[in-house]
Amino acid sequence: MKIRAQIAMVLNLDKCIGCHTCSVTCKNVWTSREGMEYAWFNNVETKPGIGYPKDWENQKRWKGGWTRRRNGAIEPRIGGKWRVLANIFANPDLPEIDDYYEPFTFDYAHLQTAPEGKAMPTARPRSLISGERMEKIEWGPNWEEILGGEFAGRAKDSNFAGVQKEIYGAFENTFMMYLPRLCEHCLNPACAAVCPSGAIYKREEDGIVLIDQDKCRGWRMCVSGCPYKKIYYNWSSGKSEKCVFCYPRIEAGQPTVCSETCVGRIRYLGVVLYDADRIQEAASVPDEGDLYEAQLKVFLDPHDPAVQAQARRDGIPEAWIEGARKSPIWKMAMEWKIAFPLHPEYRTLPMVWYVPPLSPIQAAAAKGQLGTIGGMPDVKSLRIPVEYLANLLTAGRTEPITIALERMLAMRAYMRAKTVDGMVVDSLAQHVGLSGREIEEMYQLLAIANYEDRFVIPTAHRETGEDAFQMRGSCGFSFGEGCSGRTGFSLFDAKKPKNPMEVS
Amino acid sequence: MTSEILSPTAPDGDWSGSMIDYNVRAERMGWLPSAPQLKQNPLTIAARAKEAGLDAKAYVAKALRSGELAMSCHDPDDPANWPRNMFVWRSNLLGSSGKGHEYFLKHLLGTSNGVLGKDLGVEGGEKPREVTWHERAPEGKLDLLVTLDFRMSTTCVYSDIVLPTATWYEKNDMNTSDMHPFIHPLTAAVDPAWESRTDWDIYKGLAKTFSAVCPEVLGRETDVVLTPVQHDTPGELAQPYGVSDWKRDGSEAVPGRTMPAVTVVARDYPNLHAMFTAIGPLLKTLGNGGKGISWNTAHEVEFLAALNGEVRAGAAAGQPRLETDIDAIEAILSLAPETNGEVAVKAWEALGQMTGLDHSHLARAKEDEKIRFRDIVAQPRKIISSPTWSGIESEKVCYNAGYTNVHELIPWRTLTGRQQLYQDHLWMRAFGEALVTWRPPVDTKATARLRGKHENGNPEIVLNFVTPHQKWGIHSTYTDNLLMLTLSRGGPCIWISEADAGQVGIADNDWVEAYNTNGALVARAVVSQRVNPGMVMMYHAQEKIVNMPGSEVTGLRGGIHNSVTRAVLKPTHMIGGYAQQSYGLNYYGTVGSNRDEFIIVRRMDRVDWLDGTAVTRQTARRREAVS
Repeated sequence: MKIRAQIAMVLNLDKCIGCHTCSVTCKNVWTSREGMEYAWFNNVETKPGIGYPKDWENQKRWKGGWTRRRNGAIEPRIGGKWRVLANIFANPDLPEIDDYYEPFTFDYAHLQTAPEGKAMPTARPRSLISGERMEKIEWGPNWEEILGGEFAGRAKDSNFAGVQKEIYGAFENTFMMYLPRLCEHCLNPACAAVCPSGAIYKREEDGIVLIDQDKCRGWRMCVSGCPYKKIYYNWSSGKSEKCVFCYPRIEAGQPTVCSETCVGRIRYLGVVLYDADRIQEAASVPDEGDLYEAQLKVFLDPHDPAVQAQARRDGIPEAWIEGARKSPIWKMAMEWKIAFPLHPEYRTLPMVWYVPPLSPIQAAAAKGQLGTIGGMPDVKSLRIPVEYLANLLTAGRTEPITIALERMLAMRAYMRAKTVDGMVVDSLAQHVGLSGREIEEMYQLLAIANYEDRFVIPTAHRETGEDAFQMRGSCGFSFGEGCSGRTGFSLFDAKKPKNPMEVS
Repeated sequence: MTSEILSPTAPDGDWSGSMIDYNVRAERMGWLPSAPQLKQNPLTIAARAKEAGLDAKAYVAKALRSGELAMSCHDPDDPANWPRNMFVWRSNLLGSSGKGHEYFLKHLLGTSNGVLGKDLGVEGGEKPREVTWHERAPEGKLDLLVTLDFRMSTTCVYSDIVLPTATWYEKNDMNTSDMHPFIHPLTAAVDPAWESRTDWDIYKGLAKTFSAVCPEVLGRETDVVLTPVQHDTPGELAQPYGVSDWKRDGSEAVPGRTMPAVTVVARDYPNLHAMFTAIGPLLKTLGNGGKGISWNTAHEVEFLAALNGEVRAGAAAGQPRLETDIDAIEAILSLAPETNGEVAVKAWEALGQMTGLDHSHLARAKEDEKIRFRDIVAQPRKIISSPTWSGIESEKVCYNAGYTNVHELIPWRTLTGRQQLYQDHLWMRAFGEALVTWRPPVDTKATARLRGKHENGNPEIVLNFVTPHQKWGIHSTYTDNLLMLTLSRGGPCIWISEADAGQVGIADNDWVEAYNTNGALVARAVVSQRVNPGMVMMYHAQEKIVNMPGSEVTGLRGGIHNSVTRAVLKPTHMIGGYAQQSYGLNYYGTVGSNRDEFIIVRRMDRVDWLDGTAVTRQTARRREAVS
């Protein structure tokens, strides 16, 4: 057993309203730069839909993630080391700019400078790549928002696999949900495995996956290897970039920008202890459907004294062990089993998990034609098909999703009985395998969602990595470049040590 | 004509006339405000009254009857009655809110416009009765359009003068809403960029320059102002039992009862700036109030004099200063019951005088609380319960409208003092709405006359037009922001059902045009299963300043969502002098309702940007794609 700690994230899709505040704040902080115009480290998709970049979930096409060979070993779907090197100058599995979208701006100044004319002036679109006039904007990072576009196009969504999808194109059977996406900071990152330069690494202390910008040579194998298509090539710098999980904030005990600014309070951050020795075994289970359960087994119980003792021996700070005990992620993923990994079949063991959304009861059920179970509606009568959610979150296994949805329905019924009728109905909790107290704890975390409960983030222990005494005051007064010392110019022109954590 | 919406059970009487006839009747009965008010210069009326040996009220009532004075609403096309100057403060009248955009362009601005229908005179329709008919409708009534905004909105593009103003992070200001119980600050992080100034400084600057130049034509003047009978004033009980139209039934015109109230106001134009930058003396003598109650506010005025300082010299000498934006904010915070506990207690006591009950317990615990601007800068503060609102701020109950009516036994603000579902007003009975009911859509006749007149070869479909609020902006603000445009479709679009789109060969992202007699709009189509067949949605307030080609129908820049609407007023919204149905700004009065509009929708053929660049042919492109 080799214990490591990771700050993991859960997104409660039941509360996502698709406001894109996460995307906007992330973009403003991280990717509003030349070369990254088309890149959204965080984006929100409307499902069903093919998403951004187009069809990203179709690994037959993009070959992201891992595949299991006959001998039981796993290798990146784009191929092993030699195959990657063979294709290094002509990667066949790379999305092109039109698979994302051609980023644009508008000739805003024309509104002030247009000469007098018969028709009122308008600001026409212009490509942010070529600078040329764009006759028509054909796609964007959120083109399918609120089910925009014909069903035939959006129904190419891979999550319809094995679902009789035709009926869902009718107005009456419409369903939709939002899916906010970012880098999964996987336990078994395919991007790192395929990088020919060894530039991608997963930090031992908090599990954040980063690209060393000094080592990256821009081969873009990671873009292909990542099944979530969350690595973006910067055409200006010639290097690849990805979500950094706002590590400067995480190190200071603060939530990521997307989490901090989420108006729906749907995001949770907390420590998960995992056994690094079990990763390969979990990622290699023969049946894809078992991957979700296998990943659960990699996580270690922070309440177990033996785990705590080993964690201390492996150098995990006390505050992190304490953080793991209070972790909202542990509660949702392990105790209540209401959070799930995104596409576990990619075998990357992702660490950004999702609580599936409830949805309105279909009209037939409302008319009393469909049964209820224990005073609650059958989850099969919910508008979003359970099979669809299972394809998204459990590699097609519907049982875990059903249980999670039932627990969330039970929480509503239990709290409604308590607050409206003044009755504590323990049977509602017991029916879904929980106690009344657990339901109330779930309610506190999911519905009240206090800041301190959502974000349990111990700070980084920089004292173990660098000499804080030497560094004190070294930042001095700088001109906007922080402590990076990149420009070599500051008020007093002091030489600054390079921060080893930094992606320069 | 109103006859189309008249109830078959309407009470006996003459219900003839068009919408504008009802509007004029409502205005002269004092139910609705109107501007300009009189054809004659209101600064001359006090002198005329004096000459006639009457007070202003009696004179105006008499002169209106004799015809010596005339309300402007009887002849809005007369150049003497045109609005000449218009000042738009951070509103987007021409890019968003103005229903009947193309009519605004034609009649108000007199610029190129896309009105497709013909005038009533040309069509040979029935003319209004109360209003003087002119064969040729005026075009270009305005002499000057000034807009104050921080972005180049459509309204700014059409304006003669744009006053660039500070954004939220360049000024001190505050805001609140009746949706939550907090007061929020806006604090200047940096000074306003370029030549922009804060709203406060702009108005102060206007006042200063106006004061300097006005003595040429204006000095101390006596103004006579007409106001409608207002909700929450004694006037709201002016006509509870019946409708008295003095002009038609020959009854006496009584200001404030059967005609607008008449108020004499002393104007001191050369001292406008001095008055703008100080609290006036009347607050101390007349007190303060709202929603039908008032209280002595002398103590707050003294407090403000100590807080803001006193004006040293000039017309406002000795009065509390309102020099800076923060001074003005402090004045509001000191005078409002919601932010000054002492005032809250006084306000509840004032209400208690009317109800005979003690309500002051709702604010007593916070009597000594005074919320200052620096307090809300540190942290938004929850307000103090006030009788201005019907909910309370409490740790025990959520803010909920109507709470104090139920729990403090405060009469509802209705004719009966109870929740009132039946309204026996003559006009409500005439239009079949005495009891809450559903009414079918009004036929606006906007499409039938145009069928077959503007064809481009593509099939057309007539759909119901709705304009809900969008998620990529707040009304038109942010809709031109690059991130919001990137996260939507990058410019104006309409939403159409798969069934309707399929019927007329519209594919997702096709350029489409929608038009009716009011005008035409251009957009790209979003084809979606979530749209109910028969309906087309255009999220409102997408402007034509971004990504908008020319209209095939009008040959001009494609319009906005309001290019295919016009203001359709409802007579029942015009009712006044009947308690809850009395005019209140932003509460009760006429609204532009456009949910009954229909439009003709079709794929565009020629996409012309009207800027000299090549025209693209959508139809040809589609054929290429297919072959």
